Amino acid sequence: MTPTATALEPKTSHDTPTALPLRVVSLAKRFGQTVALDGVSLEVKAGECVGLLGPNGAGKSTLIRSIVGRVLPDSGSVEVFGLAAGSMGARMALGWIPQEIALYPRITVRENLAAFGRYFALSRTQIHDSVAWCLKWAALEDRAGDIAKTLSGGMKRRLNMAAGLVHRPRIVLMDEPTVGVDPQSRNRIFEMIESLRAEGTAIVYTTHYMEEAERLCDRIAIIDHGKVIAQGTKDALVRDVFGQRSQVLARFSSPVPGIVAWAESHGGRLVDSTAEFTIEHSSQVGPLLESAASAGLILDDVSIRRPNLESVFLHLTGRELRD
Amino acid sequence: MFSVARTSLLALRRDRAAFVLSFILPIAFFSIFAVIFGGRHDTTPRVKVILVDEDKSEASRGLVRGLSRESSLIVATHPEPSGKDAPVPPDYTAATAEAAVKAGEFSVALIIPSGFGQHPVGFGPDSNAVPLQLLNDSSDMIAPQVVIGMLQKAAFTSMPAVMAQQGMQYSERYLGDFTPAQRAKMQASLDDLKRVQSNLENSSSSGSDTASSASIIAVNTRSVVGDNKNNSMISFYAAAIGVMFLLFTATGSAGALLDEAESGALDRVLSSRITMTRLLAGKLFYNTVLAFIQLVAMFLWGWAVFKLDFFSHLAGFTVMGIATAFSVAAFGLLLASACHTRAQLGALSTLLILIMSSIGGSMFPRFLMPENIQKAGLLTLNAWAIDGFTKVFWRNLPVTSLGPQVGVLLGAGIVLFLIARRVARRWEYA
Repeated sequence: MTPTATALEPKTSHDTPTALPLRVVSLAKRFGQTVALDGVSLEVKAGECVGLLGPNGAGKSTLIRSIVGRVLPDSGSVEVFGLAAGSMGARMALGWIPQEIALYPRITVRENLAAFGRYFALSRTQIHDSVAWCLKWAALEDRAGDIAKTLSGGMKRRLNMAAGLVHRPRIVLMDEPTVGVDPQSRNRIFEMIESLRAEGTAIVYTTHYMEEAERLCDRIAIIDHGKVIAQGTKDALVRDVFGQRSQVLARFSSPVPGIVAWAESHGGRLVDSTAEFTIEHSSQVGPLLESAASAGLILDDVSIRRPNLESVFLHLTGRELRD
Repeated sequence: MFSVARTSLLALRRDRAAFVLSFILPIAFFSIFAVIFGGRHDTTPRVKVILVDEDKSEASRGLVRGLSRESSLIVATHPEPSGKDAPVPPDYTAATAEAAVKAGEFSVALIIPSGFGQHPVGFGPDSNAVPLQLLNDSSDMIAPQVVIGMLQKAAFTSMPAVMAQQGMQYSERYLGDFTPAQRAKMQASLDDLKRVQSNLENSSSSGSDTASSASIIAVNTRSVVGDNKNNSMISFYAAAIGVMFLLFTATGSAGALLDEAESGALDRVLSSRITMTRLLAGKLFYNTVLAFIQLVAMFLWGWAVFKLDFFSHLAGFTVMGIATAFSVAAFGLLLASACHTRAQLGALSTLLILIMSSIGGSMFPRFLMPENIQKAGLLTLNAWAIDGFTKVFWRNLPVTSLGPQVGVLLGAGIVLFLIARRVARRWEYA
């Protein structure tokens, strides 16, 4: 799946070679009364893939658009390879894959890619080479002559991604690139992103799908209500929040109010019809189930698991990722 | 059925601008036509006519005075002074009057030749009356008819003594010589008539409202513009209709900006090396070229099908075509920048373009409109574009004469573009 990369000469000759691909410091932005970003700080190192994990409305897209220079922050700063966001150097170094299918629907796949190449002032040869690379990367070579709007949903997503890479940026911002695609297309997109990572491209990946963040990202920043509430590797986040504790998931075929009352009386909560508890030691499971039986609840099944990012998010915010 | 209607109504109500405009549009358009054709007599268009009195006789001066009093005519005997304190320029001559009609400054020129006073009126085919020369622009078929009608009226109301005298001469010629007593009595009556006429001229009355269709004053009419064109109005309509549809297509094309904003493509483009100014300039360039090609296609069609003399006027067409295309492209861009949805753009552009086209002369010639509407028409791109194309194709004027039209169209285009750029700031940053 990894295409032969035809790296373009960097257009940004003014950036500091040793500067971080991305440094966001205390970024704040309000839209009227709504606080979209509330002092967000974030760093991305070369070749690193950082996931921005958070529910809809958490501020992920505003953060991405601030980095691209499309949103002017009220305070704070954004540097791309040491250059201010929105500067020509930063624009050339950044690739932005927006959440929307931001393409020209009435022209072909190849023409779309070439158009964005021209917007980045690539030469004719560079456009030729880069379009070829993009088509191969997005597995759209056999659809190059098709009109964009006639493509399937998954293909449009892949073209949308390729259009953000046509100038071969060194850091790519992906804003929920798998929204609305089927599992097969999603896997193909994952492969595309992994091939990009293999080339050493830094990536910021926003999603509210925990599995995507776990699979693709070296490091994860959990964002909620415009704040980064925790960041680190998946294991570090789970360890920091839960230590060595485990989670007990118990499902009952009993009326919901009874389950909720019982779970809350034992420090647990009901999530998707499943009572969820955090325990320090497995020996606590027996007494817990005995208590449920005493409360008249009929147990269907029970499991013990290590906490995941979803658990971390739930623990930190009190709500689920997909809320 | 009702559920579908209800959903459509809800969608329309959400887009309030489009909702309001859908009601304003027909009312506004109806009002414009009502004003133009509503028969408001105080705003009836007046015919601009040059009078050249080469005769300087009593009869010719009477005729000039009579015509000058007509409220339906705007009479000029000399060009307007260049400034308030500037000296009054010399009177028009036959040559300068013809040039003024050719340039479109006046619809008609009436030349009273030397000798007119000797035989001002004539009855019958063997009349020896000296005919007046009427020079006209054949694109305006109404003006010469109005002037000839007023001429006959003025003959009756402004030259009664001359008429009577001429009548006596006819009587003497066909009935035999008068006796000295008869001659003295007739002279006395003639003197009385002249006194009455003098009193009438000193009063403020504009004369009787009665009109005569009898041609007692001979007039030779000559078209000095468009006389040799067998496709008289084709060039006018090519320009008039062309500009109106150019406005529609330019606005529609500029509307792509709204589609791009809605899809997110605009955001994406603005995150590249393209700035908003460059983006709008690119759109302006594209829409200008598109509009120019449309004009070329329309005039080529006119040449192929309606024998429009296209290739003899290529330079003038190119200059006017580029200026027109540029201004309509900028107009479309401004509308697209100002609107938030395609529905708004559709409603607003239809409203503005139909208004501009109706008062700007795209639907019917401006010389048919009341004076105040004609003046308002100068605020439209249509009027300037049509005037320019008319100069090229109708009046055969050189490219250098297009200065005012080209200047206004290019200037308007630049101003509209700058406003569009200012309005488009809303897309630049959140």
